[in-house]
Amino acid sequence: MAIWLFVFLAVISIVSALGVVIQRNPVHCLLALVLTLLALAVMFIALDATVVGFLQIIVYAGAIMVLFLFVIWLLNLQAETGPTGGLALKFFGTIATAALVAELWMFLLRPHLKIKYVGEAAGYGSLSVLAQKLFTDYLVAFEATSILLLAAIVGAVALARRPPTQRESAPGSLS
Amino acid sequence: MTFIPLTWLLGLSAALFAIGVAGVIVRRNILVMFMSIELMLNAVNLAFIALAHRLGSMDGQVIVFFVMTVAAAEAAVGLGIIISIFRNRETVHADDLTLLRW
Repeated sequence: MAIWLFVFLAVISIVSALGVVIQRNPVHCLLALVLTLLALAVMFIALDATVVGFLQIIVYAGAIMVLFLFVIWLLNLQAETGPTGGLALKFFGTIATAALVAELWMFLLRPHLKIKYVGEAAGYGSLSVLAQKLFTDYLVAFEATSILLLAAIVGAVALARRPPTQRESAPGSLS
Repeated sequence: MTFIPLTWLLGLSAALFAIGVAGVIVRRNILVMFMSIELMLNAVNLAFIALAHRLGSMDGQVIVFFVMTVAAAEAAVGLGIIISIFRNRETVHADDLTLLRW
């Protein structure tokens, strides 16, 4: 990955990540998040993780973000007016975040991070190699993931479904 | 071919993670807090991909695959909970949800 590409993508992702936190309209937050995800996907592809990068675009920036967008529309959320959180909250939030940044910075400056680049095997990042890993070394985790997804589907339907008793006479219901 | 120093990649990952943490702490809209959580997950994914690239190992990419799957499941269930809360309480403001607060 060229240096200029990294700097370009890093600036885009940082600025749009700040946009997620700062924007007041949830739709604008969501669009900023999509921009962050796309910048990170390009970075994944540049780091030879081609399949994962495209999965990031399709699954994350596509499916999950559309789910968020549907919920924002369903709840009819408007831009927040008035103060968002107290001043004390912002104060302590800033202190906590600064502490976290300092800690991560101390970690990054330690010398053990200087890993020597050993080169990549043939087909690194390709779909066949990824699938081979998934169906041999990580088979149990893969099957557990399918159960997790099934549980998530059932759980999401059960949570979002309206209970039968409220179905007729719910005041202000979302029909 | 030029290589980006690992510290830069991990620094970007740390910066994105810190922004996500700040979003969860400062914002009170539970949907935006949820988006910040997704941001943190992606920052961790970047660290995984960078280290996998540097070590020449596919394992990091497999883990990122699993993180994405778990994030999809988490988004489905979390948004279901948010819809359920909104139906009962007519709010997505975290400060209004004090029923279980001491």
